Amino acid sequence: MGRVRRTLDALPRKVPDLESAERRQFEQATLPHLDAAYNLARWLTQDEHAAEDVVQEAYFRAARYFASFRGGDGRAWLLGVVRRASLDWLAKRRAQAAVVYDENVHDRGDESSNPEYVAMRKCDETHVRQALDELPPQLREAIVLREFEGLSYQEIADVTAAPIGTVMSRLSRGRQQLQGRLASCAEGEAS
Amino acid sequence: MNCPDVRHLLEPYADGELDLVRHVEIEQHLSACAACAEQEKNLRSLRAALSSPALYHRAPPALRTRIRLASGPVPHGRRRLLLQRAALAAGVLLMIGASVTIGMLLSRSGPAADDRLAERIVAGHVRSLQVEHLTDVPSSDQHTVKPWFRGKLDFSPQVPDLSALGFALSGGRLDYLAERPVAALVYLRRSHVINVFTWPAVNDEEKPVRSLARQGFHIRYWQRSGMTYWAISDLNDQELDEFVHLFREHP
Repeated sequence: MGRVRRTLDALPRKVPDLESAERRQFEQATLPHLDAAYNLARWLTQDEHAAEDVVQEAYFRAARYFASFRGGDGRAWLLGVVRRASLDWLAKRRAQAAVVYDENVHDRGDESSNPEYVAMRKCDETHVRQALDELPPQLREAIVLREFEGLSYQEIADVTAAPIGTVMSRLSRGRQQLQGRLASCAEGEAS
Repeated sequence: MNCPDVRHLLEPYADGELDLVRHVEIEQHLSACAACAEQEKNLRSLRAALSSPALYHRAPPALRTRIRLASGPVPHGRRRLLLQRAALAAGVLLMIGASVTIGMLLSRSGPAADDRLAERIVAGHVRSLQVEHLTDVPSSDQHTVKPWFRGKLDFSPQVPDLSALGFALSGGRLDYLAERPVAALVYLRRSHVINVFTWPAVNDEEKPVRSLARQGFHIRYWQRSGMTYWAISDLNDQELDEFVHLFREHP
């Protein structure tokens, strides 16, 4: 055994067969879900470039912890990793520019409650996107996982590490807030 | 069930999270109560608003390339463990290989054959998503897609139009599965792709819909009127079941 180990250590950086087998497994489990990963990261970070970095970081972490993946639904497992990477990025950004970020959110809140602004908006996907962007992150994340990825309550609970009851309440509050914002748009369109 | 009870369960109902009994109870209440039905309609229109493909952010191709390059090296410390596991796995594989070979000799149908086919279905589905070759004939019109297969296949696949029911036809494609060319029909739900592979069955037996899950994909397969069907998607079970139901209802 000792001898085998020494031989291994003496090898250059690669153990080609092994790596490619492991890599193929990893890619089979995760690459088909790259769109889902990017979509979640994009909605959580609300930043095109950050989403790319976050997804790359998530794949790096996922590769490192691939041993902890016990088969099954690669998508839910990967989305959990993407979510944590997104939250880390958000935390880092908040720490760097807390004041700017808060003002930003505050401004947007004001805009949406301004009646003239509401009336101007059209009930199209731009409007829906904005309404979704304005949701608190936890509600937004639940809505994205349910409505875009079609995850079940249990799967959302697994990905977000929250009890099912919490998932249901977040979905419900998220939908109420969205309906509120979109109703004002529908009225604006009708008048 | 009274209105407050129903309101409480309306979202789980719309999300398909209720057991059958309660699902039916709510369905009955909704057909009789206009106020609750209105609430349910609001939920549905919100879902419709959220289902616009423009809201779904697809990964940029450059990111895909970068991920492929980056996912390569396995961290140093794991190599030895991996080697040990590989040796173990090789032994197991050898045994499995022997039994699979025997199994293949014994059965050209049955669960083992379904299993093998499922792997090819997954491979076909993933391939269709990766190489930007989802459709050979991109069209949402069943009267364009169906004739397109004529002359390319020795059968004429059923191409139901389910757009009005929330599953937009995206087109058709020739694929090669089960040692023969097959028709692949492509449907979209939000931005989730559903591939339906279909080809003439080896016998006239009617087989009910069965389910499989592989690598995060859900699969449904059945045999009807002399045709074999395999539907695969990363959609959740509930919506894929709905799709299969509609597909079978609309010849």
